[in-house]
Amino acid sequence: MFCAQSRVVVVAGKGGVGKTTVTAAMARMAAGLGLSVLIVEVEGKTGLAAAFGAEDLEYDERVLAPGIRARSLTPDVALVEYLEEHGLRRISKRLVKAGLVEVVSTAAPGIKDILILGKVKQLERAGVADLILLDAPAAGHAVSFLMSPRGLRETVRGGPLQGQADEVLSMLTDPSRCRVMLVTLAEETPVNEVVETAFALEDKVGVDLGPVVVNGLYPVLAGLDADPAEAGADAPTLAAAAEYRARRQELQQAQVARLASALPLPQLHLPSLFTVDLAPSDIDTLALALVGAVEGMPSRTEAA
Amino acid sequence: MTRDTIAELVADRSILICCGPGGVGKTTVAAALAVEGARRGRRTVVVTIDPAKRLADALGLGSLTNTPLRIEGDWPGELWALMLDPRSTFDGLVARYAPEPGQAETILDNRFYRNIAGALSGTQEYMAMEKLFELHSDERFDLVVVDTPPTRNALDFVDAPRRLTRLLDNRLFRLLMLPARTGMRAVSFATQAFLRTIGKVVGSEVVTDAVTFFQAFEGMEDGFRQRAQGVGDLLADSCTAFVLVTSPRRDAARETQFFAEKLDEAGIGVAALVVNRMHPRYAAVGPVGVPAPALAPLYRNLADLALLADGEEVHVTALAERIGAPAVRVPELETDVHDLPGLARVAAHVFADERPS
Repeated sequence: MFCAQSRVVVVAGKGGVGKTTVTAAMARMAAGLGLSVLIVEVEGKTGLAAAFGAEDLEYDERVLAPGIRARSLTPDVALVEYLEEHGLRRISKRLVKAGLVEVVSTAAPGIKDILILGKVKQLERAGVADLILLDAPAAGHAVSFLMSPRGLRETVRGGPLQGQADEVLSMLTDPSRCRVMLVTLAEETPVNEVVETAFALEDKVGVDLGPVVVNGLYPVLAGLDADPAEAGADAPTLAAAAEYRARRQELQQAQVARLASALPLPQLHLPSLFTVDLAPSDIDTLALALVGAVEGMPSRTEAA
Repeated sequence: MTRDTIAELVADRSILICCGPGGVGKTTVAAALAVEGARRGRRTVVVTIDPAKRLADALGLGSLTNTPLRIEGDWPGELWALMLDPRSTFDGLVARYAPEPGQAETILDNRFYRNIAGALSGTQEYMAMEKLFELHSDERFDLVVVDTPPTRNALDFVDAPRRLTRLLDNRLFRLLMLPARTGMRAVSFATQAFLRTIGKVVGSEVVTDAVTFFQAFEGMEDGFRQRAQGVGDLLADSCTAFVLVTSPRRDAARETQFFAEKLDEAGIGVAALVVNRMHPRYAAVGPVGVPAPALAPLYRNLADLALLADGEEVHVTALAERIGAPAVRVPELETDVHDLPGLARVAAHVFADERPS
């Protein structure tokens, strides 16, 4: 089953493409199939909790909806935990207060990311949920975020952190444990960027890519070419609006086709709901659309 | 107090900083403002930070480098463009403040320095502000337009110059510098144990690199501190204006709101608000009674688009109110901007109020 192919799914995409919305819809879909879901947010203030009508997330896990829990992770807290687990309980808080994260992350870039990914790996190993959805940092950062274990192995030779990096890397590169789902819009720049990101993730990280989610597509409306003359005074407005919609649909379809030819991954299409503020009921609508899109997806072997 | 219009900002100020969340067309707006500057007879330079090389695209150039490149066009002023290279800008700073060439070399070769120059969060922002300072002092230009990296926190770049000096003031760093100042022998047993502990966690090479870096950096902090102060003063100066660029989409509007609050906290006002990618509004009377079946999809489409436009308008109005600047609306264009005529179309919308229609 699509949702259970790997326990960890990293949702990544450029800012403004609806990454958080897709994460929420994925969670709803999986929970609807009876899976327990944990959403992990790493950037803070993504509006994920708001999509479920809840307050902003904190470090402690919270139930957002039946079957869906969520929490946020920050490098500072992850570092304290890490130090405590490595026999430095007494001084851990003091070190963090003294700015250890800033110092250490300057000395070894990517260390913050490793701490967070290490924590995710720990959650995965502990089997805290059937599906762990990681709402990744935006676009370009997603690549450096997921590349951190490789980078760190070059900077830090030996020591427990290298071990941590190795373990994270083996999770990231094992398709039965972790996959990355990219989200984009059917627009020129987002399509270019998602293609670049996809290749960078495959080549540089060796991570398995799930389907690409194309968000915000105009639902195809039949009969837009009807003659509006009967509408009287409204006729010119109706004609202009219909022309706009038809043209937009056409442009989006061209981008979808361009994406398909540049990136040999199955696509999951999600409709625009024409709302700027997503309510929990909108997330349900998108989750349903996602179920439909998944059913229409070629099987995994075909896709490969 | 009457507010300067965006055209007045372009005509009178000497620094325009375009900030806002990622994916809203900030780079394009920055380029359009620069073209307008040249059109108004100013010697304008625009600097982009976007790694996607979008400004070069928008200006119809294959590539840009870290030094200003002149773009020819049909305008009375001048237009120059460059792409920020944080690493070489930082190298330049090190060379400037190193008391002797050998010291600069030691630093430039140090792995810890390379990490700072390449990956310390905020370095890109810091170097953008540094470049801004440099260009502002350059006699060749009288208007500098800066495109900023997409960050969640506006303070990342306002605060960026102070980040390095803060790093230097960090207690741990001071500990790391002790060996440099007093020689390893004079370092207390407790400090050595502490360094060993950090070394155990992150690897001892990392600590050695850091200690070497700070030894080499000794004596240069004052130069960096003064420069950071200078950049900070310039940002707060009345010749500088912040242009907040956003899109009416939910996430972007939310981030922009957060952005504006942070700028406010830092005592920096937003001079103009540009809302990019607005969907069109269609005003119709609506059907009398039930529309004929053939008209239903047309009215349905109108309702869809109205829902979108109304939702956007709510966000834009709230933002404009919060920021206290009128919103300059730019409609969503059919394609991305790739060339000067495209920029001229964007500029026509941004400066619509000042142009005969």
